[in-house]
Amino acid sequence: MLNQEIVRKFYDIVEKENVVIDEASLLAYSYDSTPQYQAMPDAVISPRNTQEVADIVSVCNQYKIPIVPRGSGTNLCAGTTPTNGGIVLLFKHMNQILEIDEENLTITVQPGVFTKEINDRVQEVGLFYPPDPGSMHISQIGGNISENSGGLRGLKYGVTRDYVMGLEVVLANGDIIRTGGKLAKDVAGYDLTRLIVGSEGTLGIITEATLKLIPKPETKKTMLALYSDLESAAESVSAIIANRIIPATLEFLDQATLKVVEDFAKIGLPTEAKAVLLIEQDGAPEIVERDMKKIAKLCRENGAFDVSVAKTEKEAEELTAARRTALSALSRLKPTTILEDATVPRSEIANMVRSITEIADKYQLTICTFGHAGDGNLHPTCLTDARHQEEIERVDKAFAEIFEKAIELGGTITGEHGVGVMKLPYLHLKVGKAGIDVMRQIKKALDPNNILNPGKIFVQEPKVESRVSEQ
Amino acid sequence: MDVLEKERIQQAFKEKMDYDELMNCTRCGFCLPSCPTYIETGQDEVHSPRGRIALMKGLVDGKIEPSEEVKASIDLCLGCRACETVCPSGVKFGRLLEQARDAIYQANKQSFLEKFMRHAFLRNVFPYHNRMIGLTGLLRFYQRSGAQTLARATGIMKLFPEHMRVMERVLPEVPKRKEMKNRPHHLMPLIEKKTKKVAFFSGCLMDTMFMPTNDATTKLLQYAGCEIVIPETQNCCGALHGHSGEVEDARELAKRNIEAFEQAEVDYIITNAGGCGAFLVEYGYLLKDDPQWHARAKAFSNKIKDITSVLVELDFHKRPLQLEEQVVTYQDSCHLKNGQQTFIEPRELLKAIDGVQYVEMKDADRCCGSAGIYNLVEAEMSMQILDYKMKQAQKTKAKTIVTANPGCLLQMKLGIEREGLSEEMQAVHIVDFLLEAYEKANK
Ligand SMILES: Cc1cc2nc3c(=O)[nH]c(=O)nc-3n(C[C@H](O)[C@H](O)[C@H](O)COP(=O)(O)OP(=O)(O)OC[C@H]3O[C@@H](n4cnc5c(N)ncnc54)[C@H](O)[C@@H]3O)c2cc1C
Ligand code: SF4
Ligand code: SF4
Repeated sequence: MLNQEIVRKFYDIVEKENVVIDEASLLAYSYDSTPQYQAMPDAVISPRNTQEVADIVSVCNQYKIPIVPRGSGTNLCAGTTPTNGGIVLLFKHMNQILEIDEENLTITVQPGVFTKEINDRVQEVGLFYPPDPGSMHISQIGGNISENSGGLRGLKYGVTRDYVMGLEVVLANGDIIRTGGKLAKDVAGYDLTRLIVGSEGTLGIITEATLKLIPKPETKKTMLALYSDLESAAESVSAIIANRIIPATLEFLDQATLKVVEDFAKIGLPTEAKAVLLIEQDGAPEIVERDMKKIAKLCRENGAFDVSVAKTEKEAEELTAARRTALSALSRLKPTTILEDATVPRSEIANMVRSITEIADKYQLTICTFGHAGDGNLHPTCLTDARHQEEIERVDKAFAEIFEKAIELGGTITGEHGVGVMKLPYLHLKVGKAGIDVMRQIKKALDPNNILNPGKIFVQEPKVESRVSEQ
Repeated sequence: MDVLEKERIQQAFKEKMDYDELMNCTRCGFCLPSCPTYIETGQDEVHSPRGRIALMKGLVDGKIEPSEEVKASIDLCLGCRACETVCPSGVKFGRLLEQARDAIYQANKQSFLEKFMRHAFLRNVFPYHNRMIGLTGLLRFYQRSGAQTLARATGIMKLFPEHMRVMERVLPEVPKRKEMKNRPHHLMPLIEKKTKKVAFFSGCLMDTMFMPTNDATTKLLQYAGCEIVIPETQNCCGALHGHSGEVEDARELAKRNIEAFEQAEVDYIITNAGGCGAFLVEYGYLLKDDPQWHARAKAFSNKIKDITSVLVELDFHKRPLQLEEQVVTYQDSCHLKNGQQTFIEPRELLKAIDGVQYVEMKDADRCCGSAGIYNLVEAEMSMQILDYKMKQAQKTKAKTIVTANPGCLLQMKLGIEREGLSEEMQAVHIVDFLLEAYEKANK
């Protein structure tokens, strides 16, 4: 609970209407898209500009009040769950596209702009912002940058990090810094831009971002390859890449996922297939044509029983849109869907898929798998019920084993969803104790009072963290 | 809210909410961009579908207490179910909303006026065709007797909120009492080939205030080759009751309707009001815990079909249809689209009319803010939403806005009047429009 004096200070900064403390509002910001995590904040504040953000942070720093910056709350690692209470900071007033610079090919935005809006607006002038997380029509750019989100086009175009050129950031002491800029080259000091990207709101608050744009690809083709077993699909992925073709999108869905997606989207997906690859290539027409032919051939050689190219743009759009709904659609089957994003080097995809199947069997769980196969980024999703304590324990064990397997194959515990609270217990598997120590020191240097999204990624003082159960 | 009342509401939430359905929400947020109240409140999570579900669950779990803010969140919901259509997890938000309203309003001590209004209308008027006639008859007397002119002139209407005053101007002229009492009960096809035998759900508001539209509906069905049964003992569908927390009353009405239609052996039961239709298809769910009625209710629900849908099925859009040259746009009825997945058919019919240039308006499927009695109880939000709607409508340069539900129709008329556009724009129900087109082409 915040005392009256502090609340009054916030009123002075942003005016009363932008500070809410009623219980209903607090509850509405007590969760994000991560199942099983929920915790109440003490206030929800919506600043209108960078200076107001800085003033709020200064008050919080003075009184050691936690701040949780929040986009649309669609992250999947409990990154915006206010586990330590404090203030949830919203960017609903800071949601403007400030500039599209067609000469330097950049766009400058405030953190509250929706990812899809950026995509749409730059396309209008023939430009392209490639990162397209499955959640892009609702996620905000501030959230994307802070999670370093990927998307369906990651294989060819990289992830959010590859497009962030400059940032304006409010630090824990209230200082405002600007990093990078519209520069293709810049080695003036440490690369603070990269440090902030993916820092999950723990090092600073992003109040503005300059993003890189590229020319819009001339054409695009979408293809669906069907398989009667998972391995053949995974082997096709390796074969395509080994043959020096980099498709824009190379997505994998297993049968269970396919079925629920079809159930929602009703676009006639081939639910008889055990696995499908959704493949997209873009670029100059000749190249797209040539690549698609080669890809089709490789898929067939590796066991696809059917390969078909979307006939119209609408059909192609329906396919990718349907893929975006995979995660949410899976929850039709069971009340709780717990999803991970273990990632391995591309060449190990087939191994990883096989291991996931084995682990699911061992713990008698239903695990559906889909994901960005081309990136080696899989989303094994466990369908369960948070109310069954015993089963949840098995889920925990299974995922721990999946993570270990991923590391063993040279992979990571999370490819794009972030650590947050959810994967905090596993971080050491990937970065080791020394790695965590370095991160802790960086955090301490930038945020000595531990007010910025505390309790996320790692705990400041090492201790075993347990799950905050919802029910 | 006092302590006792809070306890009552919380208890009611525990009893009435479908917890499995609440658990189905993964909080993915996919519904946020489609929710009109989330948009119009400047992205307030409390007024979003995901937030509302969290509040309902929070009440059941005992994480929060009932409060004015919770009630405001549930009240401000339009019940448009746009969130339901886009939800990949298949959360049945409409049902959750009804349960929540039921929980709040059955346990809540409302202000005297609210309660009076609610009961006076929902319990004592809508269910009884006779009284509906009486009420609309009064309205008619008021319109015809000169009292209307008098009231306008003397400014009595000024005492009402602004939009109610405009509403008063756009209400349709009510038919004569005698006409309303003499309704047909059985009609034969008007073409040689009989295509289907259907029953017509005439609806309470539709069969009184919008009687000509009902006549046009049966006429269209006859032209499409249908034999029509109109059971005399049918009554109000109960949607208004269900949506505003009077679920028990809604169940009683449902049972009477099921009985009324059971005898008529028909292929379909046709409706011409999206709002009624969406509620009729839910009878199965409404009576799911009643073993005596459940199967009968499901059988009833399975037969419900919107007039536009049956017309397309019978290829009516391939018959000659013609109107004077004009630009036309269509405003989806939320309950027709989100409750009955009917949105292609009305557009197909309109595009088939010679002389009509169909222009889709932006966000045509976003709620117009009418939402049953919403525009009376949540006037401010309703008008804010309507303003947005009218802006989009104007951009299409349409002469005619077509709708498929009486509430939407009145709201569109209200919008036109408020914007001072009554010279250049009109709002019509799709069946009136279609009948005119058919009769003009087949003179
Ligand atoms: C159905 C579904 C599909 C998804 N698909 C993908 C996918 O394909 N790829 C992918 O990578 N992710 C995906 N995600 C995860 C999620 O959408 C992304 O992590 C997204 O970037 C989160 O954006 P947001 O606006 O919701 O941010 P939030 O969830 O609100 O916040 C995310 C993090 O950013 C921090 N933050 C937010 N704004 C700021 C700011 N201005 N300054 C500092 N820190 C800030 C928060 O504190 C938090 O740590 C998916 C999620 C769902 C529900
Ligand atoms: S789209 Fe469905 S599952 Fe997702 S938050 Fe909305 S209601 Fe919940
Ligand atoms: S029914 Fe309509 S207003 Fe209510 S939560 Fe759903 S989308 Fe929003």
